Amino acid sequence: MSTSVPETGATAAQSAERRAVRTRWLLVSPAVVIIGCVGILPLSIILLYSLLEPAEYAGVVWTFSPEAWMGLVLERDIFDDTLGLSSAHLTIYTRSILQALFTTVLTLIFGFPTAYFIATRPAKERNIWLFLVTIPFWTNLLIRTFAIMLIVRDEGLVNHALINIGLIEKPLAILYTDVAVAIGLVYAYLPFMVLPLYASMEKLDFRLVEAGYDLYANRRRVLRRVIVPLVKPGVIAGCILVFIPSIGAYVTPRLLGGGKNMMLGNLIANQFGTSRNWPLGSAMALALMGLVMIALVIYVRNVTAAGQKSHG
Amino acid sequence: MSPDGKASQSGSAAVEAQRVTKIFGGGDDQVVALDDVSVQIGENEFFTLLGPSGCGKTTLLRLIAGFEHPTDGRILLGGEDISPLPPFQRPVNTVFQNYALFPHMTVGGNIGFGLEMLNKSKQEVDDAVTEMLRLVRMEELRNRRTSQLSGGQQQRVALARALAPKPRVLLLDEPLSALDLKLRKEMQIELKRLQNETGITFVFVTHDQEEALTMSDRIAVMKEGAILQIGAPRDIYDHPSDRFVAHFIGETNFLEAELLERKNGAAKVKFPSGAVLPASLPDAPISPGKVSVVVRPEHSRIATTKKDAVLSGTLENVVYFGTDTHFHFRLNDGAQFIVRMQNARDSGDDFTPGQELGIAVEADAVQVLRD
Repeated sequence: MSTSVPETGATAAQSAERRAVRTRWLLVSPAVVIIGCVGILPLSIILLYSLLEPAEYAGVVWTFSPEAWMGLVLERDIFDDTLGLSSAHLTIYTRSILQALFTTVLTLIFGFPTAYFIATRPAKERNIWLFLVTIPFWTNLLIRTFAIMLIVRDEGLVNHALINIGLIEKPLAILYTDVAVAIGLVYAYLPFMVLPLYASMEKLDFRLVEAGYDLYANRRRVLRRVIVPLVKPGVIAGCILVFIPSIGAYVTPRLLGGGKNMMLGNLIANQFGTSRNWPLGSAMALALMGLVMIALVIYVRNVTAAGQKSHG
Repeated sequence: MSPDGKASQSGSAAVEAQRVTKIFGGGDDQVVALDDVSVQIGENEFFTLLGPSGCGKTTLLRLIAGFEHPTDGRILLGGEDISPLPPFQRPVNTVFQNYALFPHMTVGGNIGFGLEMLNKSKQEVDDAVTEMLRLVRMEELRNRRTSQLSGGQQQRVALARALAPKPRVLLLDEPLSALDLKLRKEMQIELKRLQNETGITFVFVTHDQEEALTMSDRIAVMKEGAILQIGAPRDIYDHPSDRFVAHFIGETNFLEAELLERKNGAAKVKFPSGAVLPASLPDAPISPGKVSVVVRPEHSRIATTKKDAVLSGTLENVVYFGTDTHFHFRLNDGAQFIVRMQNARDSGDDFTPGQELGIAVEADAVQVLRD
């Protein structure tokens, strides 16, 4: 049987196979192109830049240098050129991690009951509540952050109210502090916690909650032993969706933190702006990405392992 | 045939509903799920709430469990008012319709959950789980995930989980409805065995009259938020006091007759044919005159002599069922009547459709309905 006779025996099967492979490639090609163009390619450029030397006025010089990666945590003394820990960078890293953790925990504390409340409403009402949760997305984050500035500033709503009640005499300095940044982050990312939590709670079989009550578990224990383990995927998704953007937040710390309370996002942006150190900025961006990925892998592994271990 | 059977005789009921009313919703959407329902369920009793969907049987069960609270009236457990208590403070456990097993726990984890929540020691919980697994014959599946179990196995785990804390009362919400017929029959026997072995009061909700008749000590037939009749299966089957009860349980013939006289509970009814038969009265006041009566198909037969024939009609159809045969009659007054006779070795095809025949009714087979 020669290949010139189509549709016979093994050849037919082979060509069918080839067609199937071609179809598969055609189907995945849009995804491959998108991932390649907007994911892998830019990341490769950033990786490349992080291994080069900064040019004097922005951009890069095409000579290899590990300096940028060392510059993540180290800095050269201006006078004798010796390497020492960069306390400025470390402060910003610590602040970013703490702020992101704080934001994640706080949005979880506020978001969990909110999502539970929505999920336990009658089906018709739920859409209204979800709609209300998503309303903030209609306005640009920048504008909403400016609005928060107006609320928390010395002559703002909060201080006015507190003074009028007589709780304080002098206005509290909230704006341009870490507190203001925290408020801004929690406000900005709360919906990102509520929505995935709601999605998993909506699927929760509330008869299991009843079964918990029936078997002598009070409200707290039903929450801990039944609800939380069952909505864990939503909790993980919510934490990821809040932690990642808040550790790299830019607008919120920029506006509410003033110049003093920089976070990682601002530090990175600075390298491409005033500091004119593209390689360092690239290294920082990659380091942040790697850190987040490692944290996620550890977290997800722990959570799934704990889930499988319980009540064996 | 008193409505409150043995429970009232023994004094303290395991569970008692006192004039319980439950209304869901408000305004125009108001639904009265239970309307002034009172019932006493005795210790160690297998008590069944039977009725079509929407009759309030599940609501009554949920009120006893504590998932709902009565709009009016009280729920007593062993004579104590538990109406205000949340479910986790009631020594009552539920077997849910779709089992509601915790998917994130093993079989053992599920069964031990109740005892764990009662703060029993690990040793106690372990021992109880072992004991329960033996009781439901599933020792080897202790460490399985519940998602790896078959429907019947899940059913057993749900039972073991609810029985493990040794509740005063076990509530079962249509637990067998998801099983296929063969498994359902097995579980019916299994449930009865478990109740005998544990000595726990079972309150069982079902819409399946056969299930109710096979397993129960007493049955409460419900309709539209009210209990129509309470009694032993035989009472309910032989002496339905209500058209709905008679219709819902088993096959039956409805006839019109005239109530002639009643003396000390004994009564006589006269059929249009002129025949006069003794009849049982329902436990409700009823005045002489036109009444509806029921006669079970198996309590009647084709008359062999003219004297026996209480009714007469045309044989329309003969349906052979193996163990017995159903004879469908059109009575002379137009009503339908079914006679069911057991097949004997020598009973042949003596009767053919179109024949004009007399129908005899056993003594005590006529039950007068309240209207």
